[in-house]
Amino acid sequence: MSITLETTRVVAPIPVTPTAASTHPSVFARLRNPLLALLFPAAVLVIWHFATYGRKFSLIPPPSEVALALWDLAFGGINDDAYSKTLLTHLLASVSRVYGGFAIALIVALPLGLLIGRISLVRRLLDPTLQVLRPIPVTAWLPLAMIMFGLGPRSAFFLVCLGAFYPILINTIFGVRTVEPRLFEAASMLGCQGTAQFFRVVLPASLPAIFTGLRLGLGFAWVVIVVGEMTGVQTGLGAIIMEARQLSRTEIVICGMVVIGVAGFVSDRLVTLLGKRLLRWSPGLA
Amino acid sequence: MPSTANPILDLRSVGKQFELQGQNIEALRDANLSVHKGEFVCLIGASGCGKSTLLRIVAGFETPTRGQALMWDMPITGPGPERGMVFQDYGLFPWLTVRNNIAFGPTSRGLSSSEVKDKTEHFISLVGLQRFADAYPHQLSGGMKQRVAIARVLANDAEIVLMDEPFGALDAMTRERLQDELLEIWQRTGLTVLFVTHSIEEAIFLADRIVLMSPGPGRIESEIAVLLPRPRDVVAPDFNDMRRMLSEHLHSHHGRKAA
Repeated sequence: MSITLETTRVVAPIPVTPTAASTHPSVFARLRNPLLALLFPAAVLVIWHFATYGRKFSLIPPPSEVALALWDLAFGGINDDAYSKTLLTHLLASVSRVYGGFAIALIVALPLGLLIGRISLVRRLLDPTLQVLRPIPVTAWLPLAMIMFGLGPRSAFFLVCLGAFYPILINTIFGVRTVEPRLFEAASMLGCQGTAQFFRVVLPASLPAIFTGLRLGLGFAWVVIVVGEMTGVQTGLGAIIMEARQLSRTEIVICGMVVIGVAGFVSDRLVTLLGKRLLRWSPGLA
Repeated sequence: MPSTANPILDLRSVGKQFELQGQNIEALRDANLSVHKGEFVCLIGASGCGKSTLLRIVAGFETPTRGQALMWDMPITGPGPERGMVFQDYGLFPWLTVRNNIAFGPTSRGLSSSEVKDKTEHFISLVGLQRFADAYPHQLSGGMKQRVAIARVLANDAEIVLMDEPFGALDAMTRERLQDELLEIWQRTGLTVLFVTHSIEEAIFLADRIVLMSPGPGRIESEIAVLLPRPRDVVAPDFNDMRRMLSEHLHSHHGRKAA
């Protein structure tokens, strides 16, 4: 008995050591990047804290106050004011506008981009106008949007849609126009000609560029959500930021900013994951 | 080769001119060429001799400005599956797996899914890519990509395979293997091959007949039948004699042009 115990004791560490040695660096390597990524915000928080904490007349609240406000905004039970426990409502309102506006932009910009990229007549007809409209910032559209669509969510949808529109359009046109000519030759000598080429060559070949457009478009939709919600809507992250600003509730403003940042980040990650799945064939993205 | 039967391919005084920045360029002048079914014909010549233009006219990618290009006595009006092209840069669809690249042609022509499947699997194994059937082109080596490109036109029932310097981008070892494999497929299937190359050795190793072309303007200079028995030995004395003869031929055009 004691002999077997001895041998197992001696033998056991030998296979264990190499696996332990190989898992340790991988765990470390996996944690190293998130840790590095957190280092900078942590430093900002520290500087922010010492710059604002305990100063009576600071216009910017210290991080601890913002954290409490965020907790109250999400779960209530601290301030019990008009903002308590309303985060989910505002978040859902903004998410629905971002994705709704993005979806409308996608439905219009994708087919339009395919047509402009593929048909020279459509390109000559529309492209110059679109290029002139493109530099006009979304904020400049705000007054006109409110006249055309009235106060409220319809204007918000329009502005978010406008923000997402150009990235999708421009990248789709680019994708369609940069399909390798060789692939058209290959398709036609294999018996795929005319409109069939559109679906079997043009569309799949331009998917990576279209996907880049979707990603940028969704990002822009989050960027313009605050402007979009300056149109007199009652709910939404942009709406509470604008309202809290007027009430000098700067901690709520910062909470809104943080939530938009996190929500935009998460939604970008989801789209990227989806893209990696769908575009496994593309060496650039895989 | 049977010269009595109708040729599968017949070029009659084919010429091609095009404009480039206001200049008129004659890419091909008065080319006459007949290819019979089952023949392996190599086009060889310096760059600018019109060999690729000739191939692209047969493929239907270019229309001749003079003369006629006929297949089975019918004018060639555009690309078609009976004339499969293998490009030097492969031209595979990067978003399709090996299997779906090979299935592209049969699917486009509307074959039933069971037919497509049978053909695809048959040609995947013909070129020995069973293990890579689900890989994407960017995961393959150059040699494997070119195997897919060949299988793709064979699976589409091509009667003539047009090859535009197909092995030019490959390393020497891979090139030799693919030459062997191509000859084996050609002998087994009775295919007709029109093969553009700038390698004299490759032309002698592969062809029944070599068409020599020369530049300025691009034209067919002469045709030489290669009567060496197959499989050919690239270091045999008669192979070397032929290589020397062809080399002198090609360089004499060169000299004449320079003089």
